[in-house]
Amino acid sequence: MANADYETHEHDVLVIGAGGAGLRAAIEAAAQGVSVGLVCKSLLGKAHTVMAEGGIAAALGNVWPEDNWQVHFRDTMRGGKMLNNWRMAQLHAQEAPERVLELERWGALFDRTKDGRILQRDFGGHRYARLAHVGDRTGLEMIRTLQYHGIHQGIDVYMECKIERLLKDGERVSGAFGYWRETGKFVAFKAKAVVLATGGIGKAWKITSNSWEYTGDGHSLALWAGADLIDMEFVQFHPTGMVWPPSVRGILVTEGVRGDGGTLKNKDGARFMFNYIPEFFKGETADDEAEADRWYEDKRNNRRTPDLLPRDEVARAINTEVKAGRGSPHGGVFLDICTRRPADYIKKRLPSMYHQFKELADVDITKEPMEVGPTCHYVMGGVRVDADSTAATMPGLFAAGEVAGGMHGANRLGGNSLSDLLVFGRRAGLSAALYAKNRGGQLTLDAGQVEAVAHDLIAPFNRAHGENPYALQAELQETMQSLVGIIRTESELREALGKIERLKARAERVGVGGNRQYNPGWHTALDLRSLLTVAECCAAAALERKESRGGHTRDDHPYTDDQWAKVNVVQRLQNGVLQLRREPLPEMPAELRALFQERK
Amino acid sequence: MPTVTMRVFRGDATGGGFKDYHVEAEEGMVVLDVIHRIQATQANDLACRWNCKAGKCGSCSAEINGKPRLMCMTRMNLFRDGEAISVAPIRTFPIVKDLVTNVLYNYEKARAIPPLRLKPPEPDGTYRMMQEDIDRIQEFHKCIECFLCQDVCHVIRDHEELKKAFAGPRFFIKIAGLDMHPLDTVDRTEFVGREAGIGLCNITKCCTEVCPENIHITDNGIIPMKERMADNLDPVVRLIRRIRGMRKDRV
Repeated sequence: MANADYETHEHDVLVIGAGGAGLRAAIEAAAQGVSVGLVCKSLLGKAHTVMAEGGIAAALGNVWPEDNWQVHFRDTMRGGKMLNNWRMAQLHAQEAPERVLELERWGALFDRTKDGRILQRDFGGHRYARLAHVGDRTGLEMIRTLQYHGIHQGIDVYMECKIERLLKDGERVSGAFGYWRETGKFVAFKAKAVVLATGGIGKAWKITSNSWEYTGDGHSLALWAGADLIDMEFVQFHPTGMVWPPSVRGILVTEGVRGDGGTLKNKDGARFMFNYIPEFFKGETADDEAEADRWYEDKRNNRRTPDLLPRDEVARAINTEVKAGRGSPHGGVFLDICTRRPADYIKKRLPSMYHQFKELADVDITKEPMEVGPTCHYVMGGVRVDADSTAATMPGLFAAGEVAGGMHGANRLGGNSLSDLLVFGRRAGLSAALYAKNRGGQLTLDAGQVEAVAHDLIAPFNRAHGENPYALQAELQETMQSLVGIIRTESELREALGKIERLKARAERVGVGGNRQYNPGWHTALDLRSLLTVAECCAAAALERKESRGGHTRDDHPYTDDQWAKVNVVQRLQNGVLQLRREPLPEMPAELRALFQERK
Repeated sequence: MPTVTMRVFRGDATGGGFKDYHVEAEEGMVVLDVIHRIQATQANDLACRWNCKAGKCGSCSAEINGKPRLMCMTRMNLFRDGEAISVAPIRTFPIVKDLVTNVLYNYEKARAIPPLRLKPPEPDGTYRMMQEDIDRIQEFHKCIECFLCQDVCHVIRDHEELKKAFAGPRFFIKIAGLDMHPLDTVDRTEFVGREAGIGLCNITKCCTEVCPENIHITDNGIIPMKERMADNLDPVVRLIRRIRGMRKDRV
């Protein structure tokens, strides 16, 4: 089994991850005339982006001409409880419309307005209908468009290839090492610049909308190589995942259901969200049902329905209703669109949801309400990057999309993820290409580093009777679900950290059988390392932040704290030990601060 | 909880066979859940592809009791109690291991298709398209690339010698989507005939039957494409189009 041979490829820019951000980065880097490699853990076009449903947030102003980047910026910052990196939020709001139009030029066909422009839909936390969409399968349209544009740009695509470690030349990143999932053979990449676009960490929780791929690979690659992570305490639990039957628990139900008129109800039929409007959003949220319903048609004279408060607020509200015994039969709440919109409209606007409930839960959403509950969905925290260039804190490394931190602050607004992928994917590709062009000297592979990774990769085979990797993964998911979930408290976070420490030790003893050819047991064993790393980062940062804000709620510190409003929790490895610091947020310039003085 | 018998193909290019697994299945489970349970408890190295588990990514295609389906959208209660359920890799593509096949053929075909080239935009730099003009293409865009249509296509399945000059139903609707795009300027007639091999399709509709997205591949994609081909090669039609300035640029 000790076959440590490997093949070698060389590129100016290596992009790890082929969802929206990775594809957009690769396309941009290729446009700069450098050689680009694109690594995907699955087949091309199957990345997590394909599952995105609701839409891409961009202030195109097609439906509400009042919309502009300033309003989008303001919504994004307020949704993130003002903890966002202001510059990222600004660039995002400014550039998102052009990125959407660019997708259209590359073949994306969004739903249209009556005058033939891109239609936009309502979503949580957005003042105006802002999401460019295709029914409820926007992510599919986006990834397919990028995929089919990308394959004609001279990019070398490495499918079903998993990167295990970044390689370094001194303090600079100089490549990556991993394996082909199909054969189990090893592969080395020499690269002048590396872009991380690996997505999130949601597989660390039991109830999750995330697939097997979301094991925090990029977060861990960056951390292990010496880069900083920020905001890892902030995890978004999407308020509406399926809850029944058990095998589909966690599968996403798009916020578009509420954007298109659906409303949340408890078992008594009450629209309970009216009881959960926080002070921070009172000024912009309707406080009675009539105004909320009028808002869909007339945004000038009415305030937004509380069903479309930002996701953190809605997820907590559902959690409270269920705990108070007002939930649905299977431990969720009801999401009703059938009594509020005609069947044809529902099928046209939400075809995937219709299909999904019909096929998997025997529920006809045009006739019955859905049962929904919170599901782990997205991590706001990630690799600390420079806003303009997406450069991480070590030379040669860039990060874009969910793996990057800062853009969304303490909570991401729905629709801002797809736009984030495009805006910062492009910026990452551009910056990485420029960096690669200016980087002198030959790329060499350090034999010592390569051997160390190869040794680690093979290790699980030498313990054929070790612990079952799947069992360990399930224990970790159980731990994170029960102790580092929506509502957190110091004692439970300490307990979680203790358990993670013990799981880390046990992970060193997992064993796998079979051979290296397409062996999911082996892949799961290897992914445990990154999964445990991000779980520890999340729990440790959550313990540090002694307040409640966005996707981080502490039962023992239930309010936001002005002192904590000014700092990020920054994490870094030093001699193998996770270090944690508080660092001040970048300061927003006066002209942007002024945007928050206006109408609330 | 009832125990079910799953007859799963185990093997690789060198050979293999079906192996029975007895698994506990719970209410609401789909075939993919049961395969995952086998992986987690009995055969860690059982190979299968999956991602979204909600019929959106098209990764978990397999032949279940001989029928090409997505494992994630096939409910266990579809089968009779006590019946052994067979799960095999999709047969048309070379096996890698267990339920995983080599589907590179599809990626090569995708690459060969002449991409979209748009007309110039409106004076404001953007484009206008009416919903009714893109409804049909949006239907094609629902494709999740599960390649089940490619799996059942007789040309690909039974005629290795024809594969070189045949794209298959997935890519016929891809090409149809490009051709019907209101802003496209490329004439793919020759490509569709010579390289994509539309003429080899004899419209048995097997592709349409297995499409998990219920795309009308044959009626809305392939047949109109065959008709367009005939029109495009008709010298009279070509002359009229040239006079009216309606011709697309040839590849």
